[in-house]
Amino acid sequence: MTTQTQDMQAREKQEVNGTSESTMSGRTFSPQVDIFEDDHALTIVADMPGVPSDNVSIDLKEDVLALVGTPSLSIPEKEEVVLKEFESGKYFRQFRLSEVVDQANIKAHLDNGVLRVTLPKIGPAKPRKVPITEG
Amino acid sequence: MLIRRVDSWPLEHELSGFTEFDRFRRDLGLLLNGRQSQFRREEPPAGVFPLLHVTHDHDNFYVRSEVPGMTLDKLDVSVTGRTVSISGERTIPSENEHVRYHRQEREAGKFRRQFNLPSDVDSDHVQAKYRHGMLMVVLPKSESAKPRKIMINS
Repeated sequence: MTTQTQDMQAREKQEVNGTSESTMSGRTFSPQVDIFEDDHALTIVADMPGVPSDNVSIDLKEDVLALVGTPSLSIPEKEEVVLKEFESGKYFRQFRLSEVVDQANIKAHLDNGVLRVTLPKIGPAKPRKVPITEG
Repeated sequence: MLIRRVDSWPLEHELSGFTEFDRFRRDLGLLLNGRQSQFRREEPPAGVFPLLHVTHDHDNFYVRSEVPGMTLDKLDVSVTGRTVSISGERTIPSENEHVRYHRQEREAGKFRRQFNLPSDVDSDHVQAKYRHGMLMVVLPKSESAKPRKIMINS
């Protein structure tokens, strides 16, 4: 039997236990990410299922990039649980950037629960909040 | 190695969907735990994707699942009787060949999950919605499966 693609397996969500997000309430999970770069930009792709674009914040301070996503899902109280295999909670992950990026041109895009942040290389380092587009 | 308990009631997984190794893990899980399953299991069974959150109220079952980054043509939901099947293929578009990966944690591949709900559903009126990477399926209970209030005569 040959299959071209590998079968997917569920991975347990990794919960974040740290001091840096003590201001957030509820459980916090670390999203799975792909990080890659070419000569022009560094790109981070993160899986954040259940998160609408309004609920994502991307902050770059000094050389630390922080991604936070809050899912919009809430289970109505009248529903009774039959089976619960995953927990919902905020997504949080931060990265230390090894290169200076062009902060004015950081682009972020959220599509079906996948956040893609593109950080063009070279530029001065100033704190800046990044707006999100959805599509 | 973490061995999860993998018994299967009330949501039964299709055995044929398991590889030999998954079956082995499943058997081992049963052996190690040596007891019958509980109703509200929190631990997901080994080797399955996607994970499910199933709830119900008087009229419907609700199945929610986290499947980020799917396209609708690659996501299928089908229902027969009380059996729900969710299948699809997640593809991660390849980047240009000049990129260097520092981290690659996101997975791509085919998946199929089949499970039984505790009672029959009206398969003609099932609705599925995919939004923000979450799949939500609403399955109306069949009339015979709904709780009925019985008048008690004195």
